[in-house]
Amino acid sequence: MRNIALGLILGFFSGVSLAAGGGGDLMDAKVDVSDQSSLQRGAKLFANNCMGCHSAEYVRWNALPEGLGVPMETVEASLVYGSYTPGDKMNIAMRGSEASDWFGAEPPDLSLTARSRGADWVYTYLNSFYRDPDASIGWNNTLLENSSMPHVLWRLQGVPEAQYEEVGGELQTAGISVPDSQRGPLSESEYHQATRDITNYMAFLAEPIRAKRQQIGMWVIGFLVIFTGLAYLMKREYWRDIH
Amino acid sequence: MSDATPKAEGGLLGWVDARFPLTKMWNEHIAEYYAPKNFNIWYYFGSLALFVLVNQLLTGIWLTMNYNPSADGAFASVEYIMRDVEWGWLIRYMHSTGASAFFVVVYLHMFRALLYGSYQKPRELIWIFGMIIYLMLMAEAFMGYLLPWGQMSYWGAQVIISLFGAIPGVGEQLALWIRGDFNISGVTLNRFFALHVVALPLALVGLVVFHILALHEVGSNNPDGVNIKEHKDKSGKPKDGIPFHPYYTVKDTFGLGVFLIFFSAVVFFAPEMGGMFLEPPNFEPANPLQTPEHIAPVWYFTAFYSILRAIPDKFGGVLAMGSAIFLLFLLPWIDRGRVRSVRYRGLGHKVALGLFAAAFVALSYLGLQAPSDLILGLTVTAWAQIWTVVYFGFFAFLFAYTAFGFERTKPVPERVTD
Repeated sequence: MRNIALGLILGFFSGVSLAAGGGGDLMDAKVDVSDQSSLQRGAKLFANNCMGCHSAEYVRWNALPEGLGVPMETVEASLVYGSYTPGDKMNIAMRGSEASDWFGAEPPDLSLTARSRGADWVYTYLNSFYRDPDASIGWNNTLLENSSMPHVLWRLQGVPEAQYEEVGGELQTAGISVPDSQRGPLSESEYHQATRDITNYMAFLAEPIRAKRQQIGMWVIGFLVIFTGLAYLMKREYWRDIH
Repeated sequence: MSDATPKAEGGLLGWVDARFPLTKMWNEHIAEYYAPKNFNIWYYFGSLALFVLVNQLLTGIWLTMNYNPSADGAFASVEYIMRDVEWGWLIRYMHSTGASAFFVVVYLHMFRALLYGSYQKPRELIWIFGMIIYLMLMAEAFMGYLLPWGQMSYWGAQVIISLFGAIPGVGEQLALWIRGDFNISGVTLNRFFALHVVALPLALVGLVVFHILALHEVGSNNPDGVNIKEHKDKSGKPKDGIPFHPYYTVKDTFGLGVFLIFFSAVVFFAPEMGGMFLEPPNFEPANPLQTPEHIAPVWYFTAFYSILRAIPDKFGGVLAMGSAIFLLFLLPWIDRGRVRSVRYRGLGHKVALGLFAAAFVALSYLGLQAPSDLILGLTVTAWAQIWTVVYFGFFAFLFAYTAFGFERTKPVPERVTD
């Protein structure tokens, strides 16, 4: 009976990750929010490339120093454009209605995208843009077909072209590649690293406490293991005269 | 002047005892409540359920201090709690993980009752109170899930409330009455908030008191299903009974430690539990104009959701889902067997109970999948239909097996065996 109960509990917890997986063709972003140098690079890239159009309205600037491991002055000097106070939220100047006119859709707020879509999705998305002369904005994306977002990072990656394969007589996009003549300043692996840094930073924005909660968790579980061990000894002592 | 009342004996406690039955209650329910000495691992989940209830009440109170129950402010206030409130993230994760943990321990607690026949005479009322607690818990969880006002909160509630619309005649009016609006709106959010933080917790706490009072009136069952009160020593204490305190208080403290290790592992390392406890679409604010691709309830409802989807007719599905829960209420009368514990019951009962548990797990799993997905060549819906038959088959089999004398039981020992 004891084994059945344990089996049920363990089975429940181990089955969960299988059940909730999904999206097997996403790239692995290998998110590590304790990697502060990655977060710092990601913050810089995010401020320069993303925040023209995307806000992070639930994040306050003063949440950054602890997570990124830099003083507030550095955040202010290298990430913030325009007037601000440290308690301000990471809002942007562009109005949603204008953006709708320009792009056809309002750029979503990115505070929680790494949690709602998943970090791997974000990473894959940033690595799935290709040049598409037929699209109104000149760009398309293999992960999110007809996405209204232009390939902002082309200045780093270069101009990727779609690769096609024939499926049942129809051409479908099978991936992207950057021809040597169209390559940007970053090599393929450098671009992967840059997009990984952005993804990592977005995972941090989605849950700034993430790295710290895991640290705290180690102490909590360490304490509980000792507590439970002592509780067991106490139980055995009391039960000596029963069994 | 002279006071007729003699000076109370025994200091402060004596003073209180002369005015309130403190020591009497302590003895009756804890220090001199004799529980069988052979409780096994299955008997931890009752005290754990009580612990999780207290966890939910306390974290809930602190969440309420910063939560804003309005359609405009709810989602942002949850993010405010997660980011700006000191330790707010911990309180919120303890509450969200606690909700799932509540169902984990309650399901195991209920299965324990099935294993050892704890619902049988004379414990029918304990079982009924327990079932009402379970029903209230489902309502509590459902209404609580609307409060973060994410996409899954909104659309999950939309789907579930629309089920009431399937009831012929009054259905649409009933759904309208529950929502207080033609769609889920701030009006719905406000009333769910009121019910979630005031009405249902009050009812839950009251019912838990009834559940425990009824238990202490007839005494605890045990893995052998024997009545320990039939063998008492000279002082009138059951020979196989031990005082709840200190024996089970220390034992349950150990059990609590083990539980908290699992609980903390989730809270600190996997609070989303891979999308099972906090579903990814719920990190997007509710949007009445955009339906998520795949609406699924949280895992603890998916067994019943599977049964609902297995029946092609909507009202038929609602009826099947309702009766899947209602039949459990009738269990003490469906099971005509005289032997309580699975240890001494017939092979047919053991197999049926195993299949019933398998059906519940399978249906729960299937409820998380898209209906048209294929598993081993059959659609999820087809699998759900098979397991729905197994689920209901358990009750039919149990009645026939026990009422018409098919069951061959083993002899039940006089005293507990270990």
